[in-house]
Amino acid sequence: MNIELNGRARHDVRTIAEAVAAVTEAERGIAVALNGEVVPRSEWDRPLADGDTVEVLTATQGG
Amino acid sequence: MDKLQIADRTFGSRLILGTGGAANHAQLADAITASGTELVTVALRRVDPRAEGSIVDVIERCGVDVLPNTAGCFTAEQAVRTARLAREAFETDWVKLEVIGDEDSLLPEPVELLDAAETLVGDGFTVLPYTNDDPILARRLEEAGCAAVMPLAAPIGTGLGIRNPHNLALICEQAGVPVICDAGIGTASDAALAMELGCAAVLLATAVTRAADPALMAGAMRDAVRAGRAARLAGRIPKRRLARASTSFEGIAEL
Repeated sequence: MNIELNGRARHDVRTIAEAVAAVTEAERGIAVALNGEVVPRSEWDRPLADGDTVEVLTATQGG
Repeated sequence: MDKLQIADRTFGSRLILGTGGAANHAQLADAITASGTELVTVALRRVDPRAEGSIVDVIERCGVDVLPNTAGCFTAEQAVRTARLAREAFETDWVKLEVIGDEDSLLPEPVELLDAAETLVGDGFTVLPYTNDDPILARRLEEAGCAAVMPLAAPIGTGLGIRNPHNLALICEQAGVPVICDAGIGTASDAALAMELGCAAVLLATAVTRAADPALMAGAMRDAVRAGRAARLAGRIPKRRLARASTSFEGIAEL
């Protein structure tokens, strides 16, 4: 299964939770967009599908 | 100083600090503390696996609240999605709504901004929109249900100070929600002037984070905002064309 995670192709993650764990150890201050839509933390066990785009986001400095 | 009320929250400080531009977390923490602010903005970006420490932890240690922004969004759709992600990440429905028209000016895109504001207000957000110094647009944003309006002093990061004090004063006079001067502040006198013109608060980042001594400038901004607010409440004297002696001529000696 091929997905795109934060702009990079991946084929070793099957759920959103695995995608998050693949890029960060942080548990707070994280949000996930699946194909542009927010996925609440309570639904992070959702399986991914081929071609999905996942964005894992966090706070950074900004005005 | 009298308290600032935005939506259902009150703040002792009338300075909101943006965190963009700080050289490192330690310097940022010092600036936050020196500024006396109770609310700081952050942006939402892809996690950086190489990042050392989280800005969320820095902010938490400083004991201040987070105001997520939608910086970098060019359309209402992008801004609404970013706001919803920020709500999920930071467990707050407050958002500094920023929708820009181009990368060179970073000026607000008014049509997309109003569109996003209406959607987010309908979605239950407390919306604080970064807007042009346009009294008509400010009025439309207030009518859309925004909790404050945040007109710019000058384009983001320019430090040019208040380019159109007349418009800013007009916005303050007509607004029924707090007016927060956001962007373009260069130094302490700019912040004081914004408050003297009637703004309820000032939001600034670059003026502090890129100052030679950020913590010292943060303290200067804290004092400027307090002084400007006090001067506004005190009621300045009218300007006169000719001198008016403060010392009476009555009883003057014949010498």
